Amino acid sequence: MNAFLVILVTALGLGGLYFLLASGLSLIFGLMDVLNLAHGAFFGIGGYAAWIVMDSLGVVDSLALRFLVSVVVAVAAGLLAGFVIEKVLVARSYGDHLAQILLTLGLGFALNGLLAGLFTYSPRSLPQPEWLAATSALGGAQIPNSRLVIIVVAAVVFLGMIGFLRYTRHGLIIRAGAENRQMVRALGIDVRRSFTLVFALGGALACLGGALGAVFFNGVTPTLGQNMLIFSFIVVIIGGLGSVPGTAVAAVLVALVQQFTNFYANTGLGDLAIVVLLVGTLLVRPQGLLGRKAAST
Amino acid sequence: MTSTARAEQHRPAAGTRAEPPAPQRTRRRIPVGAVIGAVVLLVLVIVPFTGGLTVPFVFDGALSSSRTQLILAAALLFACVAISYDVVFGYTGLLNAGHATVFAAALYATNIGMELGVPFVPAALIAVVLATALGAGIGALSLRARGLGFAMVTLAFCEAFSTLLVTDPFRVFGGEEGRPLAFEQVPSILLQARNVKWLYWLALATLVLVAVIALVATRSQCGRVWLAVRENEQRVEMLGLNPFAYKLVAYSFSSFLAAIAGTVYLIVVRAANPASASVEFSLAMIVMVVIGGRGRLWGAALGGFLYGILTLRLPSLSSSGALDGLPGWAGRVLAEPLFVLGVVFILIVLFAPGGVGGAVDAVRRRIRASGRSRSANGPGSPPASRQDAP
Repeated sequence: MNAFLVILVTALGLGGLYFLLASGLSLIFGLMDVLNLAHGAFFGIGGYAAWIVMDSLGVVDSLALRFLVSVVVAVAAGLLAGFVIEKVLVARSYGDHLAQILLTLGLGFALNGLLAGLFTYSPRSLPQPEWLAATSALGGAQIPNSRLVIIVVAAVVFLGMIGFLRYTRHGLIIRAGAENRQMVRALGIDVRRSFTLVFALGGALACLGGALGAVFFNGVTPTLGQNMLIFSFIVVIIGGLGSVPGTAVAAVLVALVQQFTNFYANTGLGDLAIVVLLVGTLLVRPQGLLGRKAAST
Repeated sequence: MTSTARAEQHRPAAGTRAEPPAPQRTRRRIPVGAVIGAVVLLVLVIVPFTGGLTVPFVFDGALSSSRTQLILAAALLFACVAISYDVVFGYTGLLNAGHATVFAAALYATNIGMELGVPFVPAALIAVVLATALGAGIGALSLRARGLGFAMVTLAFCEAFSTLLVTDPFRVFGGEEGRPLAFEQVPSILLQARNVKWLYWLALATLVLVAVIALVATRSQCGRVWLAVRENEQRVEMLGLNPFAYKLVAYSFSSFLAAIAGTVYLIVVRAANPASASVEFSLAMIVMVVIGGRGRLWGAALGGFLYGILTLRLPSLSSSGALDGLPGWAGRVLAEPLFVLGVVFILIVLFAPGGVGGAVDAVRRRIRASGRSRSANGPGSPPASRQDAP
């Protein structure tokens, strides 16, 4: 029972990280039809930004405060990176989806290479605030607090995103743009601003995931983001392209299947189980769990 | 001449060459590509006999040294892989993000077969059949997803297979280390450490074989339907053809070609390594083909070759002293193949979307245009040839 609870919470934490990456991907895809292959690099940027702050901000004594600052810096770095990359690269190729995907592919390569050159391939682990590294007793099991924090953060982000999409003007434009871009443009709304917004938002969420992931995985490596990205793609497809609630459900589902298979069956079979899940979804429901029919064409 | 009539007249020339035009025409039109191809092939064949000839900056030591020949052999096999990928990505327009899977499957299957005591050639043939079947299976499943969903699903399969190799739950793949080459079953002529020319020629012969098969296939009727699927799938469907079947054939066929390359690559690198199945390698194939030029077999081959040289030689750039003037981190970044490739790739996508092949075509068009304007009223000026079509 104890092991079950620990794995459950770990899986939920991992699901939270998947959600942070996949929700940005899903939004970018839903609005812009761009498969952002550089999204994993954002995850890495967030992790290293947090590591740099934790490592060099010695003036702040309290580790907890320093960690908070590092997360904020990581999010800001993600916002900036997403904004700049969209403006400088992706915006040059509007109307040519393949070129945009290829650009993000090259960018992913370049950024991962840059991170590898700057920080080498050996993992960098963040000094953690004591409370984060400690465990809490929950239902008779010792649960690492960091997992709980990630779950809470992901839940807050999920609610925030739903609120943002439902109740703000920008969210309205993003939802409308995902449905029918021409119509939105015909109404005199500049969709390009939404593109930039979504890209920056996606970058920020991915970097938030990276900063938290550096804690979750006890360190950050240049290849971590790439691995996470692949699972995020699976999450996005299973959840349904462009659907934030679908992404959330799929993120939890994928993480649960992965962790429990790895624990109860055989380490490594978890990834295969996910692909089986993916294939099953494709055969039964090609548009994903909560995707619209039109999203599959 | 109406455009339809012209198309009719040129189709045999572009296709099977079953009905050559008037004899004096054929003499005039010696295909430049064939001549260049023959010269390049000749140069590549005589590499082991170049003695002390060196290529400064690119290779340490002589061109004919064993190390350089092995690098060239690996690069030639990357060219094979790029050709195979061009069939599915360049010709059929499918953004397959998991092509490394079939390459690695053939590589591992060959080695496992040899570990079981099967000699190299039959083991390789069986491996090619198995890898092609695997490719057909993955293709049949992932082609159910349309557009970018297809890319993501193939990526997922690639990751799953790569994880299967690394975690190795059934203790057959050797996990992270992979498996060493099963030497006993490989012809000893391919294993001499000081005399790698036979292995090098085997890689070259593999490239020629793959290139010829791909050339025939892409010029066949089926190959024309692949192009049509890329340009407009709906129209293909409306013409009564089944795009899914053609896409599946393209996917399986490109798997077949990649598998051939995989069996030989096993001997060149002397190990079955899970890196050959990685998502990075799959995505790298996109880079190879785009650098060389999509939808041109020679462009893809060139892209794969350049990619091979770049990834295999860049890491030693930092130790060669060429980057000594730079601070340590900058040197490390510049010696990181991923970084250099990524930047080059971005520049190509932004400023030369056709890659090297597109650039060459543009130059050729310009030369021909200037030639035509000079001899515009001359007696023998040929009608616009098919390369002029947009």
